[in-house]
Amino acid sequence: MEELTAKQLRDKIASGQIKSLDAVNDVFSRIEKYEPVIGAYISTFKEQAIEQAEQVDKKVSAGEPLGQLAGVPIAVKDNMCTTFGATTCASKILENFHAPYNATAVEKLIAADAVIIGKTNLDEFAMGSSTENSGLKKTVNPWDTTRVPGGSSGGATASVAARMCSAALGSDTGGSIRQPASFCGVVGLKPTYGRVSRYGLVAYGSSLDQIGPVTQTVEDAALMLNVIAGHDSSDSTSVNETIAPTYDYLEKLNEPVEKLKIAVAPQLNAGADQQVQNTLHEAINIYKNLGAEIIEVKMPHLDYAIAAYYIIATAEASSNLARYDGVHYGHRTQNPKDYVEVYSKSRAEAFGQEVKRRIMLGTYALSSGYYDAYYLKALKVRNLIRSDFTKAFEKCDCVMMPVAPTTAFKIGEKTSDPLQMYLSDIYTIAANLAGIPGISIPCGFDDKDLPIGLQILSPAFTEDKLLRIAKMYEKENNWYDKRPNI
Amino acid sequence: MAEKIDNEQVRKVAKLSRLELTDSEIEEFTGQLGAILEYVEKMNELDTETIEPLAHCLPVSNVFREDIAKESLGTEKTLANAPKKDETYFLVPKILDDNSGA
Repeated sequence: MEELTAKQLRDKIASGQIKSLDAVNDVFSRIEKYEPVIGAYISTFKEQAIEQAEQVDKKVSAGEPLGQLAGVPIAVKDNMCTTFGATTCASKILENFHAPYNATAVEKLIAADAVIIGKTNLDEFAMGSSTENSGLKKTVNPWDTTRVPGGSSGGATASVAARMCSAALGSDTGGSIRQPASFCGVVGLKPTYGRVSRYGLVAYGSSLDQIGPVTQTVEDAALMLNVIAGHDSSDSTSVNETIAPTYDYLEKLNEPVEKLKIAVAPQLNAGADQQVQNTLHEAINIYKNLGAEIIEVKMPHLDYAIAAYYIIATAEASSNLARYDGVHYGHRTQNPKDYVEVYSKSRAEAFGQEVKRRIMLGTYALSSGYYDAYYLKALKVRNLIRSDFTKAFEKCDCVMMPVAPTTAFKIGEKTSDPLQMYLSDIYTIAANLAGIPGISIPCGFDDKDLPIGLQILSPAFTEDKLLRIAKMYEKENNWYDKRPNI
Repeated sequence: MAEKIDNEQVRKVAKLSRLELTDSEIEEFTGQLGAILEYVEKMNELDTETIEPLAHCLPVSNVFREDIAKESLGTEKTLANAPKKDETYFLVPKILDDNSGA
C-alpha cells in the first residue's frame, strides 16, 4: 500500500478497492517498524485515526459524497493547533499545551475527510534548518540515518519519505518546507504568502510564515493545495478570492506550460556544491528538450537575503514569542521571587538555545539605537530582493535554482556554529522575503545516494502554473519511485 | 558601523527579552551574536537611501469586517492551559508593593 500516492490511495478508497481502515492500519504498522529509527513523530493518534477511517469507509459503502482526501492518512507539523493531542512546537515551554481550537488548515483537512494520524517533529518553533533544535526528540534522514532530515519541517518530510503517512502539512518561513523536502527526496510546496490561512499556525515570523504540503508527487501537492488554499476570515493576511482566485490545481496539472521561459542566475548557483550544480544543469536540460527557453538573469540582491532574513525573522520572533510568559499557558518556573522572575525564569528554563538566540538577536535589532541600522535597513533590502524577482518575472515564467547548497549534512555538523547553519538557507529564504511561491521536487542523487532537489519559483499566486511546470519535469523521470532503504 | 556587541549589551538585551541567562550563556551569545551581526553588516554594501522599507508583500492594507460580536472561547477554555489559576483568574505574584499607593 506504501506504493500508492495520496491521490491514488484516495481514488482506490473512494471506489471501494481499498478500505481506509486498512490504509491506516498499514501506516501504523510502518510507524511501529520505522519510527524507532526515524523519530518523525511527536505524537500519534491511532485510536482516533481508526475511528475516522471507519467513518470514511461507512460513507463509501453508503455512497455518500466524499472529500478530496477521503480516508488518506495525513501528518501535521506540530506547530499547527489541534484540539486533539498536544501542540508542542517541539518546545518544552509548550510540552503540555492543548489548543482550544484547530488551525484552519487542519479544519480543512478534516472537512476533506483526511485521517490525521499524528504530529511531526520540527526545530523548536520552526527555528532551524536540520530539526536538531527540537526540544523534544531527534529525527534522522531516512536515506542515511547518520544525517539530518533538514528543517524545520524535518519530521514531516522524513515521515513522507519513509511512507509513515501519505502526505503531510509543513510550514515554511525561510525554507522550512523546501529544504527538508530536498534532503528527504520528497515534494515540498511553499505557497504564496496569503494563499493558505495561518490561523492556528503558531507564529514565528508572521510576515514570512506559510503553511504548505509535503508530498510524494507534484500531483499530491496540487491535491493538498486544493484542500488548504483560500481566504479565511480568521486570518486577515489570507488573501481574498477577488484579489487572487484559487483554482482547481489538479484540473490542468497535466497540460504543459506553452512557450515556457525559465530564468537561471548562474552567479548565484555557483555557490552550490558541484554535484548539486550538475544536477540542476541536467534538470534544466530536460526542460530545454521539452521546448523551454532558458534565459540568464542577474539577481544581485539575493546575496543579501540571509542577512535581511535573520534580522526580519528574528525581530518578528522576538515580538511573537513574548506571549510565552509563564502566565497564560506553557511552562512556569517554580517559586519565583517576583513577577519578573515568572517571565524571565520560565522563559530561560524552557526555551532552547536557538530560540533564545533568535529572541536576543531580534530584540537587539529592534532596540533603541539599532532599529534603523538593522531592522529598517533589512526591510529596505527586502524590497530590493522582491524587485529582483519582479524584474526577472517580466522576462520569464519561473526562476530555477538549487534548493540547498549541499545534500543532507551529518548530524552535529553545524550545531556549534549558528551562522554556518543559517547559510544553508541561501536559496530558499528569498521566496519568503518576496512572498512568492516555491516548490522543491526530487531531481536526482549525489554519489552518496542522497537526494537532491530542484527549486522552482514563480510570481505570487501562480501556484497553478508552478505545479504544471514541476509536473512537466516529473513526467520525464521517476525519481519519486526510488525509496530509501531504512 | 556599530562597534562589536559586548557582554554588557548582551546582558541588557537579555533583560529586555525577559530571559534570565547564565554567565556562560552571556559569554556564548556575545560571541555568536557578534559573528551574526558582523555577517549582517554586509547589507551596508547596498545603497538604500531611496528605497522604501517593505514590511510585508501583500496587495492589501487595512482589512475591516462588520463590527459584530462573535462567540469567544469562554473562561473555561481560556484558562484550561494556565499554569496557575483561581476560578476565573490567571494567578501571578503581586506586581505592586504595599506602599505603592495602588
